[in-house]
Amino acid sequence: MTADILTLDAVKSGDELPTLSYAVSATTVVVGALATRDWRPQHHDYHFATERNGVRDIFMNAPNQAAWFERYITDWTGPRGRLGKVGFRMKDSVFPGDTMTLRGTVTDVAVDEAGCGWVSLDVTMHADDRLATTCTARVAIPTAPDDNPWTRRGESWQPEQR
Amino acid sequence: MSEDLPADVAALIGEVQYEEAGDFPVERGYIWTSCASVENGNPLFWDDKVAAELTAGPIAPPSMLSTWFRPHHWAPGRDVQRLPLQVHFDLKEQLGLPEAVMTDNTITFYEPVRPGDTITTGQRLRSVSPEKQTKLGTGRFWVIDVEYRNDRGELVGIESWTGFGYRRAA
Repeated sequence: MTADILTLDAVKSGDELPTLSYAVSATTVVVGALATRDWRPQHHDYHFATERNGVRDIFMNAPNQAAWFERYITDWTGPRGRLGKVGFRMKDSVFPGDTMTLRGTVTDVAVDEAGCGWVSLDVTMHADDRLATTCTARVAIPTAPDDNPWTRRGESWQPEQR
Repeated sequence: MSEDLPADVAALIGEVQYEEAGDFPVERGYIWTSCASVENGNPLFWDDKVAAELTAGPIAPPSMLSTWFRPHHWAPGRDVQRLPLQVHFDLKEQLGLPEAVMTDNTITFYEPVRPGDTITTGQRLRSVSPEKQTKLGTGRFWVIDVEYRNDRGELVGIESWTGFGYRRAA
């Protein structure tokens, strides 16, 4: 299983993560809203979204987008990858019928004073050719095959540091 | 900090308000619903052996943090739906700013959330800007932190929201 572990020495600034594309349906949007207990009607009611919000359809909610970003990042790191911090900026909506595409680039690789290995990422979510959301993330990955960021607590876990 | 800020708003900066516990303990059914919604096959959430090895037992995906506090659609005896970010709506009211948008959202993750945890949150107003003019209108930016803790009082995460409350340009 060691061969599957992504370690810090294998990552460098400028590396690109594999692209993820997904055909979004109304079901994707509704299941995502339910999974995050978001009952606001613009995420499940077509008439509310189009007539009250004035958009073309129901659209994906923010907490579900966070779940997509997490999945995208940990598909790359494997289960030892531990998210420290994520930041989002919403620019456009993701609608049924869109092809959602996530792309990511490594912007920094560092070891903090506690010895934790960190990768900084810029990740984008496009809906067809529209930039929907940008995300910056900081994820801890092992510095060696026997390292496990999940064991870190208290002073040895500093997710807020830049 | 802005000098023209009303005293009642200025007094709230740094104070924890609306401390509340989530309606239900964290449970695996909802973890799997979340993973299914984004087709997340991370074995940490599906394979108990991997969870035992890496995280000393099952945990929830970090990005589910806010889900554990969001109220269910209905609960016996409840007639008013709680607002998840009440401080934001209070500020609109106190500052007389009828419109608002959220511009940025940052989440920092600390102790992992585990099945059986009940998550408690508190909302803390961090800052309010002087009045500013933007494309949307005239108003103020504010930053609100939502702090999440488990039953043992351990910090599990901080969600930070930047809002802009404004009056539409005439």
